[in-house]
Amino acid sequence: MTVTIPDTTANMDTAQSGQTEVARLSLAKAINAGLRQAMTRHPKTVIMGEDVGQLGGVFRVTDGLLDSFGPERVIDTPLAEAGIVGTAIGLAMRGYLPICEIQFDGFVYPALDQIVSQLAKLHSRSGGRLTLPVVIRVPYGGGIGAVEHHSESPEAVFAHTAGLRVVTPSTPQDGYWMIQQAVEATDPILFLEPKARYWDAADVRLGERDAALPLGKAAVVAPGRDITLVAYGPSVRVGLEAAELAGGEGVSVEVIDLRSVSPIDFDAIEESVRRTGRLVVVHEAPVFFGAGAEIAARISQRCFYNLEAPVLRVGGFHMPYPPARREADYLPDVDRVIGALAQALSY
Amino acid sequence: MVDMGGPQPVRTAGSVDVPETALQFLPPDGQVRSAGPYAPYVESLTADDLRSMYRDMVLTRKFDAEATALQRQGELGLWVPSIGQEAAQVGSAHGLKPQDFAFPGYRDHGVLASRGVDLVQTFAHTRGVDHGGWDPREHNCHLYTLVVGAQTLHATGYAIGVVKDHACATGDPTKDEAVIVYFGDGATSEGDLNEALVFAGVNQAPLVFFCQNNQYAISEPTSRQSRVPLFHRGAGFGIPSVQVDGNDVVACYAVTAAALDAARAGMGPTFIEAFTYRMGAHTTSDDPTRYRDSHDAESWKALDPIARLRLHLTLSDHADQNFFDEVDAEGAALATRAREAVRKLEAPPLDSFFDLAYNEPHPLVAEEHTEWTAFETARLELMGAGR
Repeated sequence: MTVTIPDTTANMDTAQSGQTEVARLSLAKAINAGLRQAMTRHPKTVIMGEDVGQLGGVFRVTDGLLDSFGPERVIDTPLAEAGIVGTAIGLAMRGYLPICEIQFDGFVYPALDQIVSQLAKLHSRSGGRLTLPVVIRVPYGGGIGAVEHHSESPEAVFAHTAGLRVVTPSTPQDGYWMIQQAVEATDPILFLEPKARYWDAADVRLGERDAALPLGKAAVVAPGRDITLVAYGPSVRVGLEAAELAGGEGVSVEVIDLRSVSPIDFDAIEESVRRTGRLVVVHEAPVFFGAGAEIAARISQRCFYNLEAPVLRVGGFHMPYPPARREADYLPDVDRVIGALAQALSY
Repeated sequence: MVDMGGPQPVRTAGSVDVPETALQFLPPDGQVRSAGPYAPYVESLTADDLRSMYRDMVLTRKFDAEATALQRQGELGLWVPSIGQEAAQVGSAHGLKPQDFAFPGYRDHGVLASRGVDLVQTFAHTRGVDHGGWDPREHNCHLYTLVVGAQTLHATGYAIGVVKDHACATGDPTKDEAVIVYFGDGATSEGDLNEALVFAGVNQAPLVFFCQNNQYAISEPTSRQSRVPLFHRGAGFGIPSVQVDGNDVVACYAVTAAALDAARAGMGPTFIEAFTYRMGAHTTSDDPTRYRDSHDAESWKALDPIARLRLHLTLSDHADQNFFDEVDAEGAALATRAREAVRKLEAPPLDSFFDLAYNEPHPLVAEEHTEWTAFETARLELMGAGR
């Protein structure tokens, strides 16, 4: 099935588009272009991680940056995740803007103390005297046939931690803009990159940052009337595919790309659900204690009299991420999403 | 560099002798002796320097004793006594220059005193009104870190930043910067410290790793942390390492000052093990009689770092009774001020903690803050009505 990835900024003011260069970029290349912009604009940015320099990152997201900015600013670190994040904290205390790369989702846990107990809390602990503008990029999610620990979705852990922001682009355009916004934000940010979408290409408007949605805001990526579907990261494309199929059956699905898991733009979801009366949330992470659970609770509270059906969730199961040859059964696919849409519409 | 040849004897609980490998310039007899590369540092110490160190050590101990009493009286939730470790903390911190940055652990009251942090500010943390207490930038002294060893990575990153800023090895020692990080014997087992040694080593960061081996990580003797003397750890990371008598303030100063000078000059990190003894409990919640030989504690009393410096000041005519009385009076005044100040420390309203969770607005925090304010207002109204 061919799916057009909609421009998430279609509704925004494009008055300045005359100054804008448009390029067809994959998500990986778009984030690369955004990093290049951020590095150019802010001399205190440093990229640090395993294989980010000479190799350009295992997904090539930092490709070419070593040549452009030199080893002082694009740093191949020792293989130590706590060390990467912990030293980034010290660099931030000295005025640097560190952009860390954790190579894969499953490798972020060795850094958990530094992220959760140190980085997230220092602003509060110091009475606001210290700000830690650290960005931690993590390729996440499954669907690429990887070996274990290379396909996980750890966003709930970080969203559950006050002091951290958690954002995830689903399109090249958002990848380009959001990485720049993340670098300029003053709170620590987990920047989760849906690795299964790294190779998805779309037209990206370069420059023209004023047109970007603020970090933390959700985007309606397909308008609809009958039911709301909330997804983020790798699941947005699945949601759009399901919406297209459902549209063929006469069901109008409104798809919201959440873009941010902390904060969550509940206002945007509420506005949609008040119109549709039905909500399905899709993510790859296990549904148990996942973002969908929080969305279901809050939207049930906010939209109790507007809901025609319980909020349903489609996502991973309460099991370790399965081996690659079974991941297709584990990941929320179009069929499971269609099933949930049908169930929600059956009430 | 240390000699790594052959298996090392395991130090067991109850073995208290300061090892012969530890550098010592002020032995318990109170007579300063120095030789070798550290002699210039020892000889540079003036009577004023030594009196200043004595003062910081006594003030730290008086404050520490008062804080322990305040915990017993319920004014503090917890206290972490520093008694016995004043020479290690004050001696090393006196090697710092104003432009340097110190990352303490959580028992390093002597470091704070030497950096000019008002010790009373530590009460915010242990009284439970704040998780910090002082401005890290005001005295270039970071907040206490309770997760053992985590601060070693922050110090390493900061020191890597010093290199990036070309703020060391400029040839101008009045401007060159160095960093010191404090931790204990227990922290040497933590992954964070070992990663910090890797990062500092490969980056030749201007950083001094200052390990206070006070013989116990709560109840566990150093033999539960290491097969080798702790200062042997540095060698595997390519970091020059030295062991010093941690109750000898002159040696702690000289060795640290030399290491900081080397760092400022661009010669990279040093690992220092200060062999000392925790004369008190781990914290006021701890009971060392369950794991420590009382004979041990008695024999370390003879090695008291403050008594040793006082003996030296007396023997060398660097100080007289008037000076000692003045310092004691200053300590008593600090204790009185601490007692008065602690009772005035009130936790700020919860509103401020909503505000501090993030630097920029976060809608969820704002929503919860609004809900809480509404609830709190209603509760207060109800309480008013009930009256």
